[in-house]
Amino acid sequence: MPKIIEIRTSPHLKRAVSVDRIMRTVVLALLPIAAFAVWQFGLSVLLLLLTTTGAAVATEWFFARASGRGNTVADWSAVITGLLLGLTLPPGFPLWMAAVAAFVGIALGKALFGGLGYNVMNPALVGRAFVQAAFPVAITTWTPAFAPGRFAELIPSTLTLPFMQPIPVADWIAGLNMDGWSGATPLAMQKFQHIETPITETFTGLIAGSAGETSALLILICGLWLAWQRMLDWRIPASVMAGAALTALPFWLMDPSLYPSPWFVLCSGGLMLAAWFMASDMVASPVTARGVIIYGLFIGVLTVVIRLFGGLVEGVMYAILLGNAIGPLISDWTQPRVYGSVKGKQPPAH
Amino acid sequence: MKHQTAVLDSQRVPETGRSSLMKRLDQGLLRFFHGHKTFDHGIYPIEHKELTADKPIRRMPFADELVIPLLQHKGRPAIPLVKVGQEVVRGEPIAQADHFVSVPMHAPATGVIRAIGLAPTAEGPKTPAIFLKVYHAASQQVLYDMERDPERMSVKEIIQAVQDAGLVGLGGGAFPSHVKMHPPAGRVIHTLVVNGCECEPYLTCDHRIMLEQTDALIRGILIALKATRAERAIIGVEDNKLDAVAHLRARIARHLPITAEAVETKYPQGAEKMLIKSLLDLEVPAGGLPADVGVAVFNVGTLAQMGDLLPKSRGLIERVVTVSGPAVKNPGNFVVPIGTPVRFLLEQVGLKGPLGQVILGGPMMGMAVASLDVPVTKSVSGVVALEPEHPSLARRQVYPCIKCGECLNACPISLNPSMLGELALAREYGTMAEQFNLDQCFECGCCAYVCPSNIPLTQYFRIAKSINRDAKTRHEQHLDATKRH
Ligand code: SF4
Ligand code: SF4
Repeated sequence: MPKIIEIRTSPHLKRAVSVDRIMRTVVLALLPIAAFAVWQFGLSVLLLLLTTTGAAVATEWFFARASGRGNTVADWSAVITGLLLGLTLPPGFPLWMAAVAAFVGIALGKALFGGLGYNVMNPALVGRAFVQAAFPVAITTWTPAFAPGRFAELIPSTLTLPFMQPIPVADWIAGLNMDGWSGATPLAMQKFQHIETPITETFTGLIAGSAGETSALLILICGLWLAWQRMLDWRIPASVMAGAALTALPFWLMDPSLYPSPWFVLCSGGLMLAAWFMASDMVASPVTARGVIIYGLFIGVLTVVIRLFGGLVEGVMYAILLGNAIGPLISDWTQPRVYGSVKGKQPPAH
Repeated sequence: MKHQTAVLDSQRVPETGRSSLMKRLDQGLLRFFHGHKTFDHGIYPIEHKELTADKPIRRMPFADELVIPLLQHKGRPAIPLVKVGQEVVRGEPIAQADHFVSVPMHAPATGVIRAIGLAPTAEGPKTPAIFLKVYHAASQQVLYDMERDPERMSVKEIIQAVQDAGLVGLGGGAFPSHVKMHPPAGRVIHTLVVNGCECEPYLTCDHRIMLEQTDALIRGILIALKATRAERAIIGVEDNKLDAVAHLRARIARHLPITAEAVETKYPQGAEKMLIKSLLDLEVPAGGLPADVGVAVFNVGTLAQMGDLLPKSRGLIERVVTVSGPAVKNPGNFVVPIGTPVRFLLEQVGLKGPLGQVILGGPMMGMAVASLDVPVTKSVSGVVALEPEHPSLARRQVYPCIKCGECLNACPISLNPSMLGELALAREYGTMAEQFNLDQCFECGCCAYVCPSNIPLTQYFRIAKSINRDAKTRHEQHLDATKRH
């Protein structure tokens, strides 16, 4: 009879899902969104995504090495950060700024806390918040989708030299001769001119905006697929969307000419991408079942409040960062009720 | 001379070879019309029961030597009654109970006592055991027999008889059965829950017992009803064994206060606390016993043995064991004499190739053995053998907790394994118990099963509990010492 080699303790069975597989699946779910962004905005976005992803992975590799955590690139989480970050930036965002954003996101948002699992906030959003503050002009410079020749030439600002102001794109856009180009995103148009872009356009994404945030439909499909794979907690995007829609509803009912409709709120700006792929970041969201719902609603409500009453056009980024910050607190409040811990449940009288 | 292939009870065995699609349909209809009897959380591991579910119980031959540990149950070890060199007859008592929370041992075979010494156990440390050399030429008749009618026995007599039979929880708990029949002062048992869930993957011995030893099981339930003074008995069976439910319902005489109920197939449905919740919607208070909510829980295997042994005044000398797993050539359900070494069992069923791991009990809560000389004891319901390439044995990289919440959604007690795991890493064992209910964890393994970071959570908790226990004993010793001075 053969010898037994090794002893382990129970349980002896293990579900096949592991961290790297979850992360790989999330990357897979982001790829169609990235591909759509490239198709929509051309080569510049391809370079943008490659830059953010490359910079994120390189930063992760460097800090993991430096702090002796071994090679953590293999867990694929840095790839997600890079991709997500790239998708939230304007298509013509200068590449050097994008690299800075990725570096800051991983370094300050993740490595500083001790790497994957210990970060309090979503690293991609930390990176974006940083460049939002550091480069306010570049981050609000939009270029039209489906520009002719977008696969032949780059948006001029893309190749801005490091530490230089971005090359202005106004002349270049004028040269494109695109009808109806206003230079504003649907979100800005609604906020400042009270013109609501038709839902068909925001839903399908044939509009201006950040690289990967334009098609709510595509994001929804990819997110639903991920949830169906059980690699994403659907309760988070569901409660973010519910929170946002329910907050927008009464204002819209009061004055539809001034306030955006709930569906416009859901389909415009970064809300859809953020709800499905950033708020749902496992590490930075609460762990309890009731906690994630409170967290999602909080983000949804706050997003709309910032959009309607704040000085900013888009609020979802700050809403999530705040949600991340109070996440541990929410977890504490919503500890599950332990079996057998309530006195009330007594046996029936006999 | 070897005894083989005799089906234990000569009852008619119902058909079980339903197609899995039909089974699914049955399950679905049942859940739709009768509601979902279940508990919160839990997991759905692959069952692998098809390997042995249709295999009738067969008799395993006697090994050359049986090893009978003196402690196979919770409580105090039995005290040997025999000397080295003494000849014993199958069924004869060879060790006696040491006070109330203890049970006697009976000779599983006719033979001679070769030694009384230390033997390996699945738990690791060696424990005192009786080594019995089997006389293969003997007839292996059980000579210790005396007919009696449990109906005419008093409650006290029954409880004594159950202890004398050496009965313990055969589902894996190994808690002496007679102790459970004796509820703590002030507690009244109203319901007897009969556990036929068998929620561990691979195991099918309880399934077969319900199908093949139905009459003994019903006799056992009646005895337990009388001893606990419960008003009714509910047999809880996972709905992957609807054939057993139907069979039981057909066999239980109408006037008896016994019902059979299907509950959701979900691990750990067979844990006492979970089954009580599923069937009765009652929760055993933290740190309490089922008796605190008026319930006593017995495993079907235990009651089938009780129904068989008590009327004959016999002792427990064998049990039904599922021998299965991907490394086994001819898996099946077998009546195995207590004390049979695992090595012998595996030789009988044949192996496909080299062994990776052998688990006593089910793969979720069972114990991997360090040596194949470990014997089958009263609480071993299964022997599961895995090949070395089995995916569960693959080395896995452990990541930090990514706060995915899967473990919280899996823990049937609704603990926070993620938090507990972090506290364990920080060695805050005291906080784990004081603030996060570590003591409620019954090591079911659900959290470790689902964790995508491959954190050995259950193992952490086991260690933390034992460290806390040590600290407590040391603290008490210290108090004692200071008091004396
Ligand atoms: S092993 Fe303990 S903590 Fe983990 S799921 Fe089971 S009871 Fe909960
Ligand atoms: S399952 Fe593992 S990774 Fe997920 S929260 Fe629990 S301990 Fe953390």
